[in-house]
Amino acid sequence: MVSLSDYLILAAALFAIGIVGVFLNRKNLVVLLMAIELILLAVNINFIAFSHYLWGLSGQVFVFFILTVAAAESAIGLAILIVLFRNRRTINVDDFDTLRG
Amino acid sequence: MTFESLVFYFFSAVLLWSAAMVVTIRNPVKAALFLVLAFVSAASLWMLVEAEFLAIVLVLVYVGAVMVLFLFVVMMIDVNLAELRQGFGDYLPLGGLVAVLMVVEMAIAVGPAQFGLHKVPIPAALGSHYSNTRALGELLYTVYVYPFEVAAVILLVAIIAAIALTMRRRPDTKYQNPAQQVNVQARDRLRIIKMPTEHKS
Repeated sequence: MVSLSDYLILAAALFAIGIVGVFLNRKNLVVLLMAIELILLAVNINFIAFSHYLWGLSGQVFVFFILTVAAAESAIGLAILIVLFRNRRTINVDDFDTLRG
Repeated sequence: MTFESLVFYFFSAVLLWSAAMVVTIRNPVKAALFLVLAFVSAASLWMLVEAEFLAIVLVLVYVGAVMVLFLFVVMMIDVNLAELRQGFGDYLPLGGLVAVLMVVEMAIAVGPAQFGLHKVPIPAALGSHYSNTRALGELLYTVYVYPFEVAAVILLVAIIAAIALTMRRRPDTKYQNPAQQVNVQARDRLRIIKMPTEHKS
């Protein structure tokens, strides 16, 4: 049978893949946003697994709010991406050095 | 191996494979499509732990709306892939090391010794009269009604911010001004003049 630790390890592996995605695609802003979506999905899997095995619906309510905030985040992130591309004609993160950070 | 664990391992394998493809594939359009596959597999896994409402919401909101938004953006901007792929594998050893260490540490921390079946048994199956949507809705509209309203405000802010960021005035495009259209009077457009009748001589 599937235990809680199976779900937690699956979410940990998904989280690690998202982190590797941030490392690998540090130039491509679109794939960076997708890696963030993967990380959030891993967190949601954790919440839902705990909600099922420890029998409390609050975990699912949390996932509901995380989905809301993640959708808002990706909408605003993509809007910023469009504005950046319109001004600089690129989405390479290395080119966005106007602030000298 | 029961049927349930077979389903779990199948969807987990698809989820991890598609997630790995998202971060390694060359074409951003294909990465977005693999992300869709990852979300659908995750939704199937959520079905397995009886979170039916959220599984459907994940498919509708994420696959139906957010990923279409991603695809729109990826297809609208023409990216120079060769430049973006430059130095792609530079940080792979470091990133891989971090990821492997992270998975090993997490597996030790949340492994079967802590959260195995003997520690957290499988909860009793809910009857067919149980509705996940109804239970979630009752909780959401009573205990969590204030965060629910805040979430609505967050979505409103996201809409306004996204539109305000991307809207622009093109100077060479002609626009209508509704205020001026409403304020116009009949005498601005139509002039009645009196003139003597002409006689053919």
